[in-house]
Amino acid sequence: MPVANIQVSETPLVLYALRRADDALILGHRLSEWCGHAPMLEEDMALSNIALDLIGQARELYTYAAKAEGKDNDEDKLAYLRDVRQYRNLLLVEQPNGDFAQTLVRQFFYSAFADLYWRAMMASRDTTLAAIAAKSEKESAYHLRHASEWIIRLGDGTDESHARAQAAIDHLWAFTGEMFAVDEAERALIHAGIAVDPGTLRGRWLTTLSDVAGEATLALPQNDWMQQGGRVGRHSEHLGHLLSELQSMQRTFPGQTW
Amino acid sequence: MYTQALNTAETDDRGLEDAGRAAQFQARIDAEERIEPNDWMPSAYRKTLTRQISQHAHSEIVGMLPEGNWITRAPTLRRKVALLAKVQDECGHGLYLYAAAETLGTSREELVDAMLAGKAKYSSIFNYPTLTWADIGTIGWLVDGAAIMNQIPLCRCSYGPYARAMIRVCKEESFHQRQGYEIMLTLCRGSDEQKAMAQDALNRWWWPVLMMFGPPDATSQHSDTSTKWKIKRFSNDELRQKFVDATVPQAQYLGLTIPDPGMTQDADGHWRYSEIDWTEFKQVLAGNGPCNRDRVAARRKAHEEGAWVREAAASYAAKRAQRQTAQAAE
Repeated sequence: MPVANIQVSETPLVLYALRRADDALILGHRLSEWCGHAPMLEEDMALSNIALDLIGQARELYTYAAKAEGKDNDEDKLAYLRDVRQYRNLLLVEQPNGDFAQTLVRQFFYSAFADLYWRAMMASRDTTLAAIAAKSEKESAYHLRHASEWIIRLGDGTDESHARAQAAIDHLWAFTGEMFAVDEAERALIHAGIAVDPGTLRGRWLTTLSDVAGEATLALPQNDWMQQGGRVGRHSEHLGHLLSELQSMQRTFPGQTW
Repeated sequence: MYTQALNTAETDDRGLEDAGRAAQFQARIDAEERIEPNDWMPSAYRKTLTRQISQHAHSEIVGMLPEGNWITRAPTLRRKVALLAKVQDECGHGLYLYAAAETLGTSREELVDAMLAGKAKYSSIFNYPTLTWADIGTIGWLVDGAAIMNQIPLCRCSYGPYARAMIRVCKEESFHQRQGYEIMLTLCRGSDEQKAMAQDALNRWWWPVLMMFGPPDATSQHSDTSTKWKIKRFSNDELRQKFVDATVPQAQYLGLTIPDPGMTQDADGHWRYSEIDWTEFKQVLAGNGPCNRDRVAARRKAHEEGAWVREAAASYAAKRAQRQTAQAAE
């Protein structure tokens, strides 16, 4: 009988790759939920495109995590056979799509971070991560441009779109702190020049946000209470539902080739 | 195919128009010249093409729904990206086709509104549900296979923008078809459970796919003028037979059984299929297929819930233009 969940030996490097892979997969999955249902065909295309980029990043990172672990796992086992407590993504990316404003604000917060993060990671001493970073940075730059343009359009559009965009910012703000947090496992990789310290990027991230929010006539919240837990598998209730859908085939028909 | 049920009565009003121009127009068609948007054309030609191209576009967009139903549940990451990219391609086809239809003088908004109001049709095949992963393989293999069979002749359609759109669309469809067949092949080489899933999907999709080619020639009302105008190059029954002949060996290779016990191969090698249940076809066209209501409701929901977004974009664009004008005036 195949086991229900795989076990992963989370060395600092494996954990590092899994965290980024989970971010990319879960956000890509969320965006793919829009396909066929977006406000205009151009956005069906754009959101699918971004989802494809992100799931592509996830695949490379999972494959690298599996290689670094050196056991029997692969991209599909890592994606489909870990339960909610084993997922390591940011709480931000698992938040439901909500309305178009919520999806785009979530994307804006993440892409503004990812763009800086992957650019910095291009200097990683780990050549695989540096190569993944180089590809992801190009993609994130486009994702950020797309999201920024929409934040400005929504913020400076109609009263309704302004209100929706502002509500989304206020709602999602508490999930942004986790992007900049560092734990012991990651600290070791930072010291070794393999990972970068995301905390050092927060200033520039805020500048990007303020510039765009300013042009969009939107306000950034002042409160600094931040939700955490995604990186150690303490998720919101939303992730379990997402995973039950994502993993349904592998859970229903264990051990088959598709 | 995707325009199997032209839903507006066709009126030939060329008699009211310049007879000389009409003759010249037909001569160009007969000489295999392409008609371009700014060329003179009979209004019935314009109307037929607007209807056909827009129905084709609607089919691409509604067709995103049954396959989109499996994007979040695709069984592997590779399958997930392939399916997402495929559905995204369909959306691209839809956009491209709306643009081709717009060259005939009707806006995308008007065309979409007609579909949402239930006044314009889309292909009946998309009113069937995708129940298992094997349905995704079957759609690629058979539905896209049938679409290609119909669309390859459309690459030589007399109307230039449509013909050119079809060249690009066919390339992508042929990729989708191979992808679908590869899903089927994987299932058929898999467990008994997977093979049963593949057979069940074929059983459910076979007859609806044959209906995609439209009513039998004996009862088809639109073929004559479309043939004369070189919009249509083969009859419904000719295309259907070509499709069946191409598909039977593919099913045999998979080890699947076509759900038609009466099917026989004639002396010329053609696979003769049994009588198609046209009552079912008519019911689906009349709105009574298993998913008609769901499909239109999903498109309406996306349209209505997206209204505030489109308004915001329009409002922002107007403000920006105003600011630029004001700046230029300073």
